[in-house]
Amino acid sequence: MSAQLHLDNLQITCNGAPLVALDATVHAGEVLSVMGPSGIGKSTLLAAVMGTLPPGFAMTGRIRLNGQDITHLPPEKRRVGILYQEELLFPHLSVAGNLAFALPRHLRGRNKRRAHVDAALEQIGLAGFGPRDPATLSGGQKARVALMRMLLAEPRALLLDEPFSRLDAALRGQIRQLVFDRARAQGLPVLLVTHDAADAQAAGGPVVELG
Amino acid sequence: MTLIARLAALAALLAPPAALAEPDPADWDAVLAEARGQTVYWNAWGGATATNAFIRWAGDTVEARFGVTVEHVKLSDTGDAVSRVLAEKTAGKDTGGAIDLIWINGANFAAMKEAGLLFGPWAEELPNWRYVDVAGKPAVTSDFTVPTEGLEAPWAMAQVVFYHDTARLPDPPRTMAALLDWARAHPGRFTFPQPPDFLGSTFLKQALYGVVDDPDLLQQPVEMADYAAVTAPLWVFLDELTPQLWRSGRAYPQTGPRQIQLMADGEIDLAISFSPGEASTAIANGQLPDTVRTYVLEGGTIGNASFVAIPYNATAKAGAMVLADFLLSPEAQARAQDPDVLGYGTVLAMDKLSEADRARFAALDLGIATLSPEDLGPALPEPHPSWMTRLQDDWIARYGVAD
Amino acid sequence: MRPLRAAPALTLILMLGPVAAGLLGTLAPALGVLPALGGVRPGLTPFDTLLHWPGLPRAVGLSLGTGLAATAISLAVVVLFVAGWQGGRAMRGLERLLAPLLSVPHAAAAFGIAFLIAPSGWVARALSPWATGWDRPPDLLIVQDPWGVAMVAGLVAKEVPFLLLMTLAALPQARPVQRMGVARALGYGPVTGWLKAVFPAVYAQIRLPVYAVLAYSMSVVDVAIILGPNTPPPLAVQVVRWMADPDLSMRFTASAGAVLQLVLVVGALALWHLGERLAGATGRRWATGGARRHGDGALRALGLGAVTLAGLAVVAGLAGLAVWSVAGFWAFPDALPGGLSLRHWGAQAPALADTAGRTVWIAGAATALAMALVLACLEAEHRFGLTPGARSLWLLYAPLLVPQVAFLPGVQTLALMGGVNVGMGAVILGHLVFVLPYVFLSLAAPWRAWDRRYATVAAALGAGPGRIFWTVRLPMLAAPVLTAAAVGFAVSVGQYLPTLLIGGGRVQTLTTEAVALASGGDRRVIGVTALMQTGVVVLGFALALALPRVIARNRRGLRPE
Repeated sequence: MSAQLHLDNLQITCNGAPLVALDATVHAGEVLSVMGPSGIGKSTLLAAVMGTLPPGFAMTGRIRLNGQDITHLPPEKRRVGILYQEELLFPHLSVAGNLAFALPRHLRGRNKRRAHVDAALEQIGLAGFGPRDPATLSGGQKARVALMRMLLAEPRALLLDEPFSRLDAALRGQIRQLVFDRARAQGLPVLLVTHDAADAQAAGGPVVELG
Repeated sequence: MTLIARLAALAALLAPPAALAEPDPADWDAVLAEARGQTVYWNAWGGATATNAFIRWAGDTVEARFGVTVEHVKLSDTGDAVSRVLAEKTAGKDTGGAIDLIWINGANFAAMKEAGLLFGPWAEELPNWRYVDVAGKPAVTSDFTVPTEGLEAPWAMAQVVFYHDTARLPDPPRTMAALLDWARAHPGRFTFPQPPDFLGSTFLKQALYGVVDDPDLLQQPVEMADYAAVTAPLWVFLDELTPQLWRSGRAYPQTGPRQIQLMADGEIDLAISFSPGEASTAIANGQLPDTVRTYVLEGGTIGNASFVAIPYNATAKAGAMVLADFLLSPEAQARAQDPDVLGYGTVLAMDKLSEADRARFAALDLGIATLSPEDLGPALPEPHPSWMTRLQDDWIARYGVAD
Repeated sequence: MRPLRAAPALTLILMLGPVAAGLLGTLAPALGVLPALGGVRPGLTPFDTLLHWPGLPRAVGLSLGTGLAATAISLAVVVLFVAGWQGGRAMRGLERLLAPLLSVPHAAAAFGIAFLIAPSGWVARALSPWATGWDRPPDLLIVQDPWGVAMVAGLVAKEVPFLLLMTLAALPQARPVQRMGVARALGYGPVTGWLKAVFPAVYAQIRLPVYAVLAYSMSVVDVAIILGPNTPPPLAVQVVRWMADPDLSMRFTASAGAVLQLVLVVGALALWHLGERLAGATGRRWATGGARRHGDGALRALGLGAVTLAGLAVVAGLAGLAVWSVAGFWAFPDALPGGLSLRHWGAQAPALADTAGRTVWIAGAATALAMALVLACLEAEHRFGLTPGARSLWLLYAPLLVPQVAFLPGVQTLALMGGVNVGMGAVILGHLVFVLPYVFLSLAAPWRAWDRRYATVAAALGAGPGRIFWTVRLPMLAAPVLTAAAVGFAVSVGQYLPTLLIGGGRVQTLTTEAVALASGGDRRVIGVTALMQTGVVVLGFALALALPRVIARNRRGLRPE
């Protein structure tokens, strides 16, 4: 079965008042860009897909991933990855610790897990950075660690919450390309919310305008 | 509340009947056997370094000899212990109480005795009771005129003395009238602990002795006398004295030992004490200069005894008796009388002791500021406790809340 | 899931249950019901006896006067200082001193201050005889004065650090930098501008802590015993005395007095609230009146001077106690003792070591329990999306607003009736009542301020709520958790009445020991005990500050700016 993210008649209300409505299918390797000004409920939409809607918000409709209904699954069981504007690397863990946090349980044994982490660091050009304090990395390095951390958890879909807006222009294109290439390579459906038309353009997929 | 009460009642029904056999001091070996391994919570005023050290020594000794552990529960007021026993009785906790032994006398004893909060009689059956000077020191069986009836065991004699720094006051006043004259000439240099502190109340009684015509009246409950007429001269005296006191009588030291610091600081020149050896002990501790001396008033000063009593619901009654008996031993009594330790008068009669024990007392150097028994003179008996209560109340109304 | 969901309810029961039950246990004897003393028929006799006590008007006046004065002065000092020095170097310096100042137990601080300001105290000694001509202490009524001035001073010195901490915690939400930027641009002076533009927002945040200070100052016992007047004493002290009176029937009067104390506190809170409204109305008129400055330079100096004086009083007082603890004979007017000796430490320390150990045990256990409950509450709030309303904050403050003398005696009787074996366990639970609110108040803000997206990221990586709590949130918040623990620890160490009444005297801590020894007035012994008491608490704070630094020495992202 091909990986697909279905948002069936999704409607989100805040204290009874309608906020966002979306009915869409995101195919494997495709990026659906959701655009709109701030405050329109883009991040709320992602929270609904994650299963982390704050109190006061309610949702109707269904979310299906690879044919499985995940509407009522707890967030950690959905296997949906997310990247925010900030990298949100855990400050109390080393770079390697951040990556190991994401490694699935079924990879057992210290050496095996370590080897996976080292390999992952090498893939993003940060070999030898394992013991480093994440706070000492540059912006681009942090972004790459955050991406790799998410991928290591073996997600089945990807949510992007304006993940490039804090990067400077040169870095932005580079990281954007890296994220989209990775997602495409792994055949992940991607839901991107952004207010930057360049992001949507680079994504190359369908665009939904909210508001 | 009702639910809890019901549960408590239920628990009481289900619990096995409490051991009915209380320890009997007549069978001392059985008491010693029962006491071994017990922990005695001795509630005693904890405000003086010297007494705390003595209590620690007594505890260590009975632990080594009799296997009785002693925990000194340091009170800031003996009334706390009385309240505690009362609270336990309120709650129906008639066994396993928190207090095993209380340092007590006077009004606290009278209140506990009257409320039936004490265990006994036991004191007069202690092995060391035979050394006690019952004939020569009536205070050991009559606590502020209230018969002790074996409900408490004496362990120290106290008598009112005054101490003064000879460097500043070489010739102290020896009557209440002279005290007043001196205070007028030297305002702010005398005070006494604030009643209802027992020493402060004792000063009131001592002053009353100085102005009353028939001291025997004071041995009766206060209701039997014409209180207003008897005490009228006392209030005249205090009305004149109070403005001349330290801080003009608008603040008082809260306890006796506080006066030691005041004298060391040079705030006061004259202080009252209930322990003939207190000044010597304080000199030995570096708390007072060695120019301080003790004296008594003409006509004698009030004397009484300190006791230990066992609450009716005490957990370690046998252990408490063992400790009380040890406190009566010539060894402990001689140590208590040593001014380097405590400087308390003994309750024992020298002629009842063995040669060796007499020698312990004879060997004591009572210290430069301690009067010999002859110089101390005869002790006046404590008035009935009702006098103290009434005097306290009136003093508080007149001076204690005035401003 | 279930137990976690019940955490808030359980916490409230553990915290408010004893307060409510204790109040009932006090109210019954106040109305004449105490079967063990023959009180079975309800009546108003206890109140009658209370009203006939000749000292009542002054005792009530003292309770109200010292409480309101201490609160108003503390608040004024804090407000002036923060207004004048917000963001400045003086402020940052003081922030660093705040934890140690807060950690000094009230009793120890009061002893220190008493020695500083007494006519035979350090200040007089330093100035005598060369400046004053005194070769003996003057007969001046400074400590324990009938108006309670010394007591108010002692309370202010200890409450200023507390209110300062609360104000600094509340400050960021008022966006002071932006507001002040606007005010200064409009030509307002620093103090005037702060008072007009920032203070109203800050006060709304610190209102409950101010109420707690008022309730505490009105009913404090240990500080009042040391610095307060005795002819007569404030009502709370008199209530404790009646409770210890050999005449057992005085317990009824004591209970009536305790109820009156509660009424007084409630009345004073109402009065203060009325004052708030009046000040608010006047303040609004003043704020829009357009005046740009009111001697701002002088006000700044006053604020700094007052805060420095408060801090200095505590620090110098402790230094004085330290000197006394090693002093030989020390006569007036010598500024320093003639000889030094470690004799008193040698004599006291071994006996106090046990007590110190017990103190640490009780404080540690009460803090651990409180921490577990508070974390469970906060985590339940997070997981189940509970939104605590304004009312729950009031509940949290309830143990700090109800005077201790009004409910602790009732708790004691009740614990006995319930068959609870008095001892460490009961004392720990008793301390929990007071430790819980402080731990919660210290931890709630940083806990809630944590970026929840970390939780979402961790969940996206497959971590369940439990794993998120233990491996992400707790380690990231280690510093505030430890600080809250140190606060709880300090609160427990400082408890006097709960230890005395619930422990039945059997459970002694450094604080009960210090107050008991205080009755003897031997400054050397008081010095040793008060320093040990302070030392235990300071050690707790030092650990709380040092541990995160050690753990996070390679983690820049965990360190505060």
